[in-house]
Amino acid sequence: MVMVLDHSNTRVVVGMSGGVDSSVTALLLKQQGYDVVGVFMKNWDDTDENGVCTATTDYADVAKVASKIGIPYYSINFEKEYWDRVFQYFLTEYKAGRTPNPDVMCNKEIKFKAFLDYAEELDADYIAMGHYAQVTTDANGVVHMLRGADGNKDQTYFLSQLSQAQLQKSLFPIGHLQKPEVRRIAEEAGLATAHKKDSTGICFIGERNFKQFLSTYLPAQPGKMMTLDGEEKGTHDGLMYYTIGQRSGLGIGGNSENSEPWFVIGKDIDKNILYVGQGFNNPALMATHLDASGLSWTTGAPVGSEFHVTAKFRYRQPDVGVTVRMTGTDTATVEFDEPVRAITPGQAVVFYNGAECLGGGTIDHAYAQTRELQYV
Amino acid sequence: MKHIYLDNAATTPMAPAVIDAMTAQMQADFGNASSTHWFGRQAHTVLDLARTTLAASINAKPEQIVITSGATEANNTAIMQTAHARASLGKHIITTAIEHLSVLKPLAALEQEGFRVTYLPVNDAGEISLADFDAALDDDTILVTMMMGNNEVGSVMPIQAVGERLRKHQAWFHTDATQAYGLLAIDVAALGVDLLSVSAHKLNGPKGVGFLYRGDAVTIAPLLRGGEQETKRRAGTENIPAIAGFAAAVDLVTPAEKAARQAKYFGFKQQIIDALTAANVEFAVNGTVKPGNLNHVFNLWLPGCSTYAVQTNLDLAGFAVSGGSACTAGSLEPSHVLTAMYGADSPRVSESIRVSFGATTTSADIAAFASALIKIVTKLRKH
Repeated sequence: MVMVLDHSNTRVVVGMSGGVDSSVTALLLKQQGYDVVGVFMKNWDDTDENGVCTATTDYADVAKVASKIGIPYYSINFEKEYWDRVFQYFLTEYKAGRTPNPDVMCNKEIKFKAFLDYAEELDADYIAMGHYAQVTTDANGVVHMLRGADGNKDQTYFLSQLSQAQLQKSLFPIGHLQKPEVRRIAEEAGLATAHKKDSTGICFIGERNFKQFLSTYLPAQPGKMMTLDGEEKGTHDGLMYYTIGQRSGLGIGGNSENSEPWFVIGKDIDKNILYVGQGFNNPALMATHLDASGLSWTTGAPVGSEFHVTAKFRYRQPDVGVTVRMTGTDTATVEFDEPVRAITPGQAVVFYNGAECLGGGTIDHAYAQTRELQYV
Repeated sequence: MKHIYLDNAATTPMAPAVIDAMTAQMQADFGNASSTHWFGRQAHTVLDLARTTLAASINAKPEQIVITSGATEANNTAIMQTAHARASLGKHIITTAIEHLSVLKPLAALEQEGFRVTYLPVNDAGEISLADFDAALDDDTILVTMMMGNNEVGSVMPIQAVGERLRKHQAWFHTDATQAYGLLAIDVAALGVDLLSVSAHKLNGPKGVGFLYRGDAVTIAPLLRGGEQETKRRAGTENIPAIAGFAAAVDLVTPAEKAARQAKYFGFKQQIIDALTAANVEFAVNGTVKPGNLNHVFNLWLPGCSTYAVQTNLDLAGFAVSGGSACTAGSLEPSHVLTAMYGADSPRVSESIRVSFGATTTSADIAAFASALIKIVTKLRKH
C-alpha cells in the first residue's frame, strides 16, 4: 500500500520571481497536493521615465505560470523594507570600504523575514521560493540545512544567516534537483519561464553598470594607488569600486624583472589609498585567519566553543578546512588549515559540516600570522 | 469555494436582459449601420432606437449622443478636443484632485502643451468647496471637468451649483458621470452641463461601449477620424450588439430603480458598520456615509491592517474587493483620492479597501462578507 500524504490543508506561500526556479517550485508543490499561493515581491523601484519597470515582465511571467499551474497569485511591495534593511546596509558597508553581501541580507531580512511575516498573515504553514538548498528534520525536530544537490547552484552560502525558526517555516522543493532537470520539468509542464535566462548580479542593479549605479548613491573620491612600499602607481576612481584580490586595472609589468599582473591587495580608508601588488598569489593577499562577527547558527547554536569544520569565504569557492574559536556569543576567530587568498571584509564566512550548512557570519578582519592585512 | 463579487465600481456582471438583447442582435443582424442596403438598415434601426433610449436617460436629444468605446474615450474626447478647439479663448482648465485617471492623464498631457490646470482640493469627506471653485474660475478658463460622483469614496460633486455659475461664463462644463449614471437621476438641461461621459459596463451592460453627451453649443473635432459614423463625430463601425446591450441595461435603471438601489446600498453600508461595531473591530469610513452619496461605493480604513493583507485574505476566502489600482508589476499605487483627502502620510492610504455593491449583491452576501472581514482583521491584528 502506498501512503499518500494529504497536503491539501497545508498552505505554502511561494515567493514567485518570474524565474524558472520559483516557477518549478510552485509547480512541484501544487503537484504534491499543497494549497499553493503565489506572491510576487517588488523590492526595488526602477521605474524609468516612461513608467516602465523591469518588474513588469517578471510579474507578467508570474501571471502566466500561476495560471498554467492553477494557483492564485498576488503581489506585495517591500520597497521600503528593502531600502531600510538591505540597501542602507549595502551603502554603509561600501562607505566603510568593505564589500557587502546584499543577497545574504536580503534572504535574512526580506525573503525569510518580511515575506515570511506576510505569508503568515495569509495563513501560510510554509514558505518556499526556489533556492538550491535542502532541509532535513532530525528525530528531535531540529531542521538541518544541507547544500543543494547541484554543486554549481548551491545557494546555502546566501542562506547561511537563516535561523532555526526561519528554516522551520521553509520548504526547498527543488534543492534535490540539478538545474537542467528543473528546466526540463518547466518545459514539460509548458511553463512560460522554462527557457528564461537566469538573473545575474545583485538584484537591484541587474545588468546595469555597477560602478555607475554606485556612483549615483555614493560620492566617489579618487585617490592614490600605491604599493605597500609606498611607491605611487597611479590613481584610483574611489575605494568602493575595488574588491580585494581583483585585477587592479594597471597595465602589465611596471618593472623589467616582474611582469606579473597587478592586483588590489589592500585599502586604507582613512588615507584614501588603494594598495596594489603584483602576482595573483601576492603574499599580501594570503591570509591565515580572520575575525568574524554576527555569527548565526542554522540549528540555533554553535557546535562547541572550538571546532574544526570547513568554510567558504565567497560564493562558489571550494571549502577550506578551518578551526573556529568562539570569542563571544556571536564572534569568533577562524583559522585556516592553509592560507586563503583575498579574504574580503564585509563578505560572509559560512561553515559546513559535510553537506550541512551550519551557519556563518561577517568577515571583519583578515590576518597573515600576527599581522593584520591592510584591507580596510 | 463560492466567490462573492463586491467590486461593482470596477465593473458589473451583465444583466440577463442585456445578454438576451446582445445575443438576439448577434444572431439576427450583422449589417454595417452605414450601409445603404437592407442589412445596413436593420442595424441602423437598432442604433437609432438605442440612441433614443440613451438620450432619454439624461433628458437629452438623440443627436446629442455620441456613442464611444466607453468613458475613457468619452473623457479623452471631451477634454482634449475642447482644449484644442478653444485654445484661442483661454488656456485655463479647472478640475478636482480626485478625478479618474482618464481625466487626469489627458489633463497632464495638456499641461505639457502649455495649458494651465487648477486641481480643486477636497476635504476629508472627498468634497470640493464652491469657494475654491469661485476663486479658481477666471476669464481664461475654457473648460471645467468635474466628476459627478467619485469611484473610490462615493462623494458627489456640486454639479448643479457649478453649472449655475457657468451659465454666463465662456467655459464649457464636462462631467464624468461614469459611477453616478446608474444611481442618480440626471437631467443635462437642469444641470447645465455641456459634456457628459458614461460607460455601459458599470450598470450591468457590456464592456467597450459608452457615450459622450455633447450639448448643442459644443463644437469639437472628432478624436478618432475616419468614416462618417456618429454624424462625423466619432469614426469607426458601430458595435451594434454592444450598443443594443447598453440600451437594454439603461432600460433596467428606471428612476424608481435607481432610487431603490441607492436605498438598498445605503442599507448594506449600515449592515457592515453594524457588524464591525458589534464585533468590536476598529475601523473608520473613508469619506462619509450619507444617503445622497453614491452608496454603491464603501471605502473602509482598517487601522493596522495592510491593504495587501486584507484584500489578499479576502480573495483567498472568496470575496472580491478592491485594494486600489495596481501598477504593471501588481504593486498597489497609493490612491490619489485618499491622498487628496487625508494626505500622503496618512495610514489610510495603505490600510484601506473599497467594497462596492451592485444589482446582484444580497444582504446574505454582505453578512458573509462582514463575518469574513471580522475574522481576517482580528487575525491580522493578533499577528
